Amino acid sequence: MSTDTSRTDRTDRLADIDGYRVGLYVAIGLLVAFFLTPIESGFVTSLKTDAAVGNTAPYLPPLFGGFSIANYVTAVEVLARGMGNSLLFAVPATLLSALLGSFAAYGLTLVDWKYQVPILVLFVAGVFIPYQAVLVPLSRLYSIVNVADLLWFVWAYTPVSVQYADLVELTVTHIAYGIPICTVLFRSYYTSMSTEMMEAARLDGASIRRVYRRIVFPLSTPMFAVVLIYQFTQIWNDLLFALVIVSTGSSPAAPVTLKLAGLGASLEGLDFGLRMAGAFVAALPTLLVYIAFGDEFAEGVAS
Amino acid sequence: MRRFFDRLTQARSGRSSHRSSEDDADARDAMADGQRPATDGGVPTGAGTGDGTGSDATPTDEAGALGRGLARLDDRFGEDFVESSPFWLPPFLLMGFFVYGAIAWNVLISLTDYEGFGNADYSQLDFEMYARAFGDPTVVQAAINTFVLLIAFTGICLVLGMLIAILVDRNVRFDNTLRTIYLLPMSLSFVVTAQFWLWMYDYNNGIVNQLLGVVNLGPYNFIGNPRLVLGAVVFALVWQFSGYAMVVYLAALRAIPSEHFEAAKVDGASIPRMYWRVIVPQLKGATISAAVVLMVFALKAFDFLYSLVGGYRPPNGADILATKMVREAYQNTNWAYGSAIAVLLFLMALGVIGPYLAHQYRNDNL
Repeated sequence: MSTDTSRTDRTDRLADIDGYRVGLYVAIGLLVAFFLTPIESGFVTSLKTDAAVGNTAPYLPPLFGGFSIANYVTAVEVLARGMGNSLLFAVPATLLSALLGSFAAYGLTLVDWKYQVPILVLFVAGVFIPYQAVLVPLSRLYSIVNVADLLWFVWAYTPVSVQYADLVELTVTHIAYGIPICTVLFRSYYTSMSTEMMEAARLDGASIRRVYRRIVFPLSTPMFAVVLIYQFTQIWNDLLFALVIVSTGSSPAAPVTLKLAGLGASLEGLDFGLRMAGAFVAALPTLLVYIAFGDEFAEGVAS
Repeated sequence: MRRFFDRLTQARSGRSSHRSSEDDADARDAMADGQRPATDGGVPTGAGTGDGTGSDATPTDEAGALGRGLARLDDRFGEDFVESSPFWLPPFLLMGFFVYGAIAWNVLISLTDYEGFGNADYSQLDFEMYARAFGDPTVVQAAINTFVLLIAFTGICLVLGMLIAILVDRNVRFDNTLRTIYLLPMSLSFVVTAQFWLWMYDYNNGIVNQLLGVVNLGPYNFIGNPRLVLGAVVFALVWQFSGYAMVVYLAALRAIPSEHFEAAKVDGASIPRMYWRVIVPQLKGATISAAVVLMVFALKAFDFLYSLVGGYRPPNGADILATKMVREAYQNTNWAYGSAIAVLLFLMALGVIGPYLAHQYRNDNL
């Protein structure tokens, strides 16, 4: 470290004080350790045999024959179906909520009419609702509007079992409650977008729909990446709606979070090796997305 | 944005008047087709070069009454109200039904005596469930726990997030990698992080107890001890979300002009003093918005508590309104009672969100 001549601002006066830089990097290193320790400890534990989990330090990798992938084999066995189920509703719900959010943000931001602001306030406030306040009506709604009966032909004529009606309900639920945050994210992007091209297109008589299709939608690509990644993570990680709508981890349509939460409850005692392996298997899609698109995630989080 | 559209509107009406003066016959034809003259400069004038501008407010003979009705709507709500409605109206209706419709319905259910299986009876409405909630010591305790969790979690996250942001902002290398690491826990599900922390807090083998053992403390049963569990949960949640506060603060710090740092330096202020006097006061906006979002995360701590035990009953001493509500409704099928608790939780959230939205609205920041 030390002689970075290109450094121009803020730390000039301190650039020479090496002790200061060392302290800075030590502090940052400790913070990195703080943020990574639970994940590291979980990972090494997931690779240990039951005996090694009890014998070795929780932060050390498995040593002397304590290594085993048996936990992962079991975890995949238990969770694979749940992962498939989660994918089945998370993907369409992510795509549709992002698209609808983009529509709403366009109609409320780049088009002008009166009383937009009150409508917008309702969208923004929707982001902050504690979902407990809608759970009981949601259960009532889905017992009145019975999706399993409405889509009877699907269960009758395809091998899909009737429990998968719950996933249709989950999809609709996640779309509806995802719209506010998607709208807010797209709106923050649209308000900072240059409007010259849209202005010109409108002057040439292009309709509002055409402006969206030809100009706004293509320009939204970077924001779509952010919103899709953020929404996918949120929907994949959700437990509350899955619990209320699917209700039991033993359902063949149970999403992976529900399966994982039940993983510990179904066992006598706490098998930490298996639990940690299960946690990593369940987190795998979001971890992959995060590693590949960490910057987009950070951007979605920050705005 | 609004200014841009005003300009656009003027440009368009200006163009139309220009055209009609130049080509009277054309304009008269348009009038004969049923188009009203532009009244307030807000009505599109049917510049028919594109594929549809003409259709939004130029009722033709075929369009008839419907077209005139739509044009009147446009008059009332602004020129693009009708044409843009296919974009914002469907999401708005879907969201409005599921969010605001459901909240209203929830309030209605909380006024009934609905419990068990079967249907709600809406004929007798009273506040019995609220009276019951206020007289229930477990609800009162859950409300206190919720409040403590909210304040402690938000406060610690903000302080820690600001400190990390200041550190990372001091020309540290690999700052993007650091941001990725600090935000990593946030991308994980509560269900997953609950497993990690159950292991961290393990009585025999957990890292936390091993670390405390180094300084001759413990071991403690963090999850089992009612006096420790709430603090342990707050600590785990801080681990998961302080990265968020850090990202918000870092963005705000980078937006502060370097001159402010320079000026303080010239004045000879020490670094902590400079931050305290000059920089921290400028982070007020970031603090407010981060605090609100963090409180929303705290309200979702239900998933974490549920996953800790794999059941509706959280560890003794960590019951919050969110877990109490779900337990009453979905385990004990006391639907009306659960709804009433949910309303209390909603009002608590509104107490935080309402002033924030009002503040943003006043500052034109929505």
